[in-house]
Amino acid sequence: MGPFVAKVQELSGQNLLACYQCGKCSAGCPVVSQMDILPNQIIRFAQLGLEDDLLESKAIWVCASCMTCNVRCPKGINIAEIIEALRQILLRRRADHVDVKELTGAERSEVPPIALISSLRKFTS
Amino acid sequence: MKLAYYPGCTLKNHAKNFEDSALCAMEALGVTVEELDRWNCCGTVFSLATDDLIHHLAPVRNLIRVKEAGADGMLTLCAMCFNTIKRSNERMKSSPEDLAVINEFMYREQVEYGGDVSVYHLLELLRDELTFEKVAAAVKKSLGGMKVASYYGCYLVRPTEIGIDDVENPVVLDDLMTALGAEAIDFPLKTECCAAYQTVDNPEIVADRTYQIVSNALDQGAEVMVVSCPLCAFNLDHRQKLTAEKHTDFRHIPVLYFTQLMALALGCKEESLKLDLHYVDPKPLLEKKRLIQP
Repeated sequence: MGPFVAKVQELSGQNLLACYQCGKCSAGCPVVSQMDILPNQIIRFAQLGLEDDLLESKAIWVCASCMTCNVRCPKGINIAEIIEALRQILLRRRADHVDVKELTGAERSEVPPIALISSLRKFTS
Repeated sequence: MKLAYYPGCTLKNHAKNFEDSALCAMEALGVTVEELDRWNCCGTVFSLATDDLIHHLAPVRNLIRVKEAGADGMLTLCAMCFNTIKRSNERMKSSPEDLAVINEFMYREQVEYGGDVSVYHLLELLRDELTFEKVAAAVKKSLGGMKVASYYGCYLVRPTEIGIDDVENPVVLDDLMTALGAEAIDFPLKTECCAAYQTVDNPEIVADRTYQIVSNALDQGAEVMVVSCPLCAFNLDHRQKLTAEKHTDFRHIPVLYFTQLMALALGCKEESLKLDLHYVDPKPLLEKKRLIQP
């Protein structure tokens, strides 16, 4: 196991090899149509250590941690935690996904505080 | 059990209609709760990374405030606050090592947290302690068969360990609406995510979700939707503007907090509903149903 795979497993607390690719996570994901790599593929890519493909994917930023995949996985794998681990690997290199300075004053005041705080918590370091 | 009320940030501004209507409805039911003297933002999302303890400080601080208030339960209204604080609390209860690190980090706090506060959502209190029969008996103005689609979203029901109802087919909001005299409208997308905080940097995704979810409720005959999460409320109501721009066949629907319909049915004045905070004006429907004066 390479350092990237080990890090994903450590941060997510999940055993990547438990996945048997049934695809139920992708079938139920409400934002799967916006993803370039589907949730079940994310796990397969992670098993194979395809670090660059995963860290450059759009999918990891589309996931809203709604936990639908987690509650439906027949193997009890927390897929949302695996995707969080991938975001964290980038965020810990200060590779923020959202820049609050790029939001206009109107955009900032329009949304409720929980939207801004959760966005910054999930997408910035 | 003494409960301390934790409102959270958004109920003090964008979702003032949620707080005011909830407090009035609770008073009408004889439920008195006291707001915590001091509280802080819960952080809004539960940290999913195993080593990220710092983001559990905010929830745990609020649980300490509950102990300081001499209470052993925390009452929440916002589904995000409920989820975040309850999940952190569960982690503290199941991991004495994490709890020790956090208590040590906050060594200047007067109270050391022992994992001994329970976190409740108002819906649990109404269903399990007060019972919906008693709610029904307190109704002064029945909702008169108004067709209400209850949207649960994510935070009330997932993950299974902390959810307040069945993870795939929750009914608690529907049962409450029935008790208030409404016709509960079931719809398949009632637990499908609205895309949450994507609304900040990617509102287009939210518009697509809102299109799907709202259309699905309308197709089942809903006249109004109810929610328990201020982020769902913003996405399903205020983002209807963008949704209509993107999808020309989109049909609007008013979106209310479940507490606003409770307040109306229990005889609260219209002022406590703060109906001017909505994007889609709910007044025409409520007037048509003779629930408010024109």
